[in-house]
Amino acid sequence: MQPFKNINSRVVALPLNDIDTDQIIPARFLKVTDKVGLGANLFSDWRYFSDGSPKPEFILNKPESKGAAILFAGDNFGCGSSREHAPWALTDFGFRAVVATSFGDIFRNNSLKNGLLPIQVDPTTHTLMHELLDELPRAEWNIDLEAQTLTLPNGTSVHFAIDPFAKTCLIKGKDELGYLLSFASQTAAYEQTHHKQQVTA
Amino acid sequence: MSQPLTLFQKVWNEHLVTQQPGAPAVLYIDLHLIHEVTSPQAFTGLREKNLAVRRPDRTVATVDHAIPTLPSKDGSVAGRLAFADDLSRKQIAQLETNANQFGIRSYGPASSQNGIVHVVGPELGFTQPGMTIVCGDSHTSTHGAFGALAFGIGTSEVEHVLATQCLLQHQPKTCEVKVEGKLGTGVSAKDIILALIAKIGVGGGIGYVLEYSGSTIRALSMEERMTICNMSIEAGARAGMIAPDEVTYAYLTGKPFAPQGAEWDAAVARWETLPTDAGAVFDKTVTLDASALEPMITFGTNPGMGIPISGKIPTTSDFSESSQQAALEKALLYMGLKAGDPILGHPVDVVFIGSCTNSRISDLRLAASVMKNRQVAQGVRVLVVPGSQQIKRQAEAEGLDKIFKDAGAEWREAGCSMCIAMNGDQLTPGQYAVSTSNRNFEGRQGKGGRTFLASPLTAAAAAVTGQVTDVRTLLDE
Ligand code: SF4
Repeated sequence: MQPFKNINSRVVALPLNDIDTDQIIPARFLKVTDKVGLGANLFSDWRYFSDGSPKPEFILNKPESKGAAILFAGDNFGCGSSREHAPWALTDFGFRAVVATSFGDIFRNNSLKNGLLPIQVDPTTHTLMHELLDELPRAEWNIDLEAQTLTLPNGTSVHFAIDPFAKTCLIKGKDELGYLLSFASQTAAYEQTHHKQQVTA
Repeated sequence: MSQPLTLFQKVWNEHLVTQQPGAPAVLYIDLHLIHEVTSPQAFTGLREKNLAVRRPDRTVATVDHAIPTLPSKDGSVAGRLAFADDLSRKQIAQLETNANQFGIRSYGPASSQNGIVHVVGPELGFTQPGMTIVCGDSHTSTHGAFGALAFGIGTSEVEHVLATQCLLQHQPKTCEVKVEGKLGTGVSAKDIILALIAKIGVGGGIGYVLEYSGSTIRALSMEERMTICNMSIEAGARAGMIAPDEVTYAYLTGKPFAPQGAEWDAAVARWETLPTDAGAVFDKTVTLDASALEPMITFGTNPGMGIPISGKIPTTSDFSESSQQAALEKALLYMGLKAGDPILGHPVDVVFIGSCTNSRISDLRLAASVMKNRQVAQGVRVLVVPGSQQIKRQAEAEGLDKIFKDAGAEWREAGCSMCIAMNGDQLTPGQYAVSTSNRNFEGRQGKGGRTFLASPLTAAAAAVTGQVTDVRTLLDE
């Protein structure tokens, strides 16, 4: 995982509620056995006509979305399926953060493991951000993960919460697996005292 | 006396390996289920890091998502796999290779016991009360019906569990869902869960583990309880749980991987300590009056957009927030429906009876009870897809396959099929389907396809009438 650095970026606005992972990446693209190149299929059914040509009015196809690292969505972003292909597709496209009022639980976990920062803001702040995006659609926002602040083009700085453990992992680009593996002896001790019965024997 | 605890808290506490300050809990996982779609990259990760699977004996694999459900002419596996596209064939083969290499018990394409992962786990007795169960699949919540803490994880976490048998988790909050009252004729478990999600919304359960309780839940069979827990995720919940009781133990008795003999008695004694203690506190409580329910159906593009079958499609004036109004308009545009219209009588092109929500033998029996001595309406395509090979055999032994086939329905091999439309079973753009599955998201059952979620009874009623129908009118005849 790449370390999460301070980000300055334009914002892609997709302020809909309950965007599910089937929209982020439809199931027919899950037949792969690796993770690469999924960005091409991001929001596929909203992004392309059935002949494969891009729908010009869809936000991701607009020239100003090119290179943007921040996605702005509504409530409950990433609900539905557990497919990690959703954050793989988002990061492959170039996103490093998603701003929403809430996130699907599994999607949030998956994102944090892939260097994609889920930033949860309260509804009032969300409304202000939305208005600002209408006003200044091309302005850059700044994300300072160390300070846990999102700075808007009007100078307002919004503090966001993040679990300290996940924050450290993101900043250092560290995988959680190493941390889990460091408890091998505790796990072995646990296995000695709990449910010894094999499940599948 | 010690502090009263909820079912969830008991299972959680029992599985804590360690909890370091400033870090999430390290939770031990008793059972890890895997399937072909969300596991390949996890095994690649293990190989890259030169890691083994810590407990292959606590890991079980099956093929379900991408496996074709068309019966092959000669009954052979190769014949069936011939229907798969190259990528799916490769993915299925990869699961076989991974399972073999890492010593994991696998119900591959040649197994006579494969099927949907959330159907196979319980029917073989892998799923047991008090366990922690995970799978790279959001509907792992199904297994909570046994009083297990069961939830979906991503592929990185699949790798974590394979390597360490542990998972990093923040403790979720608890919500009691009390369901009281007797269900009316033609109303089933699916209607309870659709009504609950319509009530609390698709985000209503975010951050919570739901515990379903009350007289209605107690009166349900294990299969019905699984239908309810299955869709907990559609309310955004981390998991759904139901305390084990005599119904649970009766279901598990004699299952191949359930404890036997003296171990069984010890297990039951342990399981009997699991139910929530009197006086235990939940973070939140929701109630539902089951006696007031009628068959439910969804009209929109998420499982929370559901109404009683005799109801009308909402209008924007039913919502106060502009975001909700916009969501309704977007959904109705996709669905090609008009606000304020009744949903009864809406024409249907396809009926799908299957998925980990409603593909068990009791679901098939209900559907068959409606389709018996009736014909599928002209122009309607009906797929009946049993959840596992075992269910398929059982249904055939009971003659249910004959009822479906005589009516003009397609009787398929086991798998996820049109629930996720990865294996070639899919809607064509614009088609309307009544489906017993769990997701009506845009394009879920095929690009441009439009899904009404409902119970097996309601789906069967649509099959024989060709339109959205109140099944109670057929039962009264
Ligand atoms: S039946 Fe549908 S919801 Fe269930 S595991 Fe298969 S694809 Fe997922």
